[in-house]
Amino acid sequence: MNEQQILQAGDELYQALIKRETLRPFTERFDDISIEDAYHISLRMVERRVAAGERIIGKKIGVTSKAVQNMLNVHQPDFGYLTDAMVYNQGEEMPISDRLIQPRAEGEIAFILKKDLMGPGVTNADVLAATECVMPCFEIVDSRIENWQIKIQDTVADNASCGLFVLGDQAVDPRKVDLATCGMVVEKNGSILSTGAGAAALGSPVNCVAWLANTLGEFGIGLKAGEVILSGSLVPLEPVVAGDFMTVSIGGIGSASVKFV
Amino acid sequence: MTVVTETPNEAVNALTDEQIAVLAEHVENAELKAQDITKITTEYPQMTWKDAYDIQWAIRARKEARGNKIVGMKMGLTSWAKMAQMGVETPCYGFLADYFSVPDGGAIQTDQLIHPKIEAEIAFVTNKPLKGPGVHIGDVLNATEFVIPAVEVIDSRYENFRFDLKSVVADNSSSTRFITGGMMADVKDVDLKTLGVVMEINGEIVEVGAGAAVLGHPASSVAMLANMLGERGEELPAGTFVMTGGITAAVTVNKGDSICVRYQGLGSVSARFV
Repeated sequence: MNEQQILQAGDELYQALIKRETLRPFTERFDDISIEDAYHISLRMVERRVAAGERIIGKKIGVTSKAVQNMLNVHQPDFGYLTDAMVYNQGEEMPISDRLIQPRAEGEIAFILKKDLMGPGVTNADVLAATECVMPCFEIVDSRIENWQIKIQDTVADNASCGLFVLGDQAVDPRKVDLATCGMVVEKNGSILSTGAGAAALGSPVNCVAWLANTLGEFGIGLKAGEVILSGSLVPLEPVVAGDFMTVSIGGIGSASVKFV
Repeated sequence: MTVVTETPNEAVNALTDEQIAVLAEHVENAELKAQDITKITTEYPQMTWKDAYDIQWAIRARKEARGNKIVGMKMGLTSWAKMAQMGVETPCYGFLADYFSVPDGGAIQTDQLIHPKIEAEIAFVTNKPLKGPGVHIGDVLNATEFVIPAVEVIDSRYENFRFDLKSVVADNSSSTRFITGGMMADVKDVDLKTLGVVMEINGEIVEVGAGAAVLGHPASSVAMLANMLGERGEELPAGTFVMTGGITAAVTVNKGDSICVRYQGLGSVSARFV
């Protein structure tokens, strides 16, 4: 794709986000779209959000489970940017009817960093040493691509299908919990929907954060102290509608709840 | 929506004592010789839940008469989703014989089995008798000496896994082998609902899950077992080892596979299929 097409695609995504409209998959419109093109498109979309007053507060890692990787036929994760306009606190109602198009909920572990992490060469030990705390999190992903008909380039361009997210009230020292074996239970409207464990995301959520630091490091970008990093879903994605109530509980970490309106 | 459900413990027999004895021998031989058979209900569609459990108890009696010791109980079909699919409201149980036990890190003779699968489970060891009806999670936690991680090897004796739940019950709920870990915990110290498990075969992660996958909480599985046994006038004696049901889906294993299941805060369980 040429630069003009990339800027145009980023602008289209920004408009789709604001107007809650969907677009035809870019992979159907541009035969030659590369993953690198897609990241440049996402960067344009995020620049538009920042220009409109949003502030970047962290990053998310997506496509971390084997099931999603097989669905998209890729064997690497992707990432997107988190802004202050995406975060809701425990107990707040989340207005998905006003803000999202085709939302799906994912249970995750969020990392809050206390030190910068700059790849390449970031190890799991570096990630743990740089983590202030881990928190329970619901990420509500959304797609600006019609009917979620995404290939990897489509989701990367669309800021890794970022929507909104909720952090729980507990923050735990990562030294106090085994992040690979910690169990996750997701409940929806009072029934147990799914269970999982930390290892569902690339073997450990810590691996995901290390991957992100090393991947961004290739472009000279670091993870910053104070940033929130969403490390990837540990359970299957669940479509949600206004009126749903969901809780995620993570062994040794805590829980987060969200009421969708 | 109305779901038609059956009561697994309705106390009616459709089969004669002689038929039950013959079927017990037939199904047990399938296990002992590792030869698959067609499901019982193909030939005996009238078989009731009582018949199916009577066949299981007759198999148990055959083993005890031969000098085998019964070393515990197991629960199966402990996922609400699977029960709804099968149209039943209760899980099923089976017994564990002494030769089912495999040490942690030990070898399992694959040739002695038909088409084995493994499940990650939490096991309880009780320290007080539990007798239904009316046993609840609180009773179970009060009667628990400790919990310990366990991997169950299941092996349906029915060809190509073609079976219905009554045939499974008659086949001792597919019990065949189990491996326990070496680390136990007091139930006061662990949150069994969120306790996570990670199952690996040959070093690759194949399943993950948390305790809530078992009837919302593994202790409710023990309570249901005590209540189901109570309907037959049986109790769960103090000191019983109970495997509460799969946290993960059952995964096929083959000769040559090595397995490892990691449990949050409870170490790991390993074995080799040789």
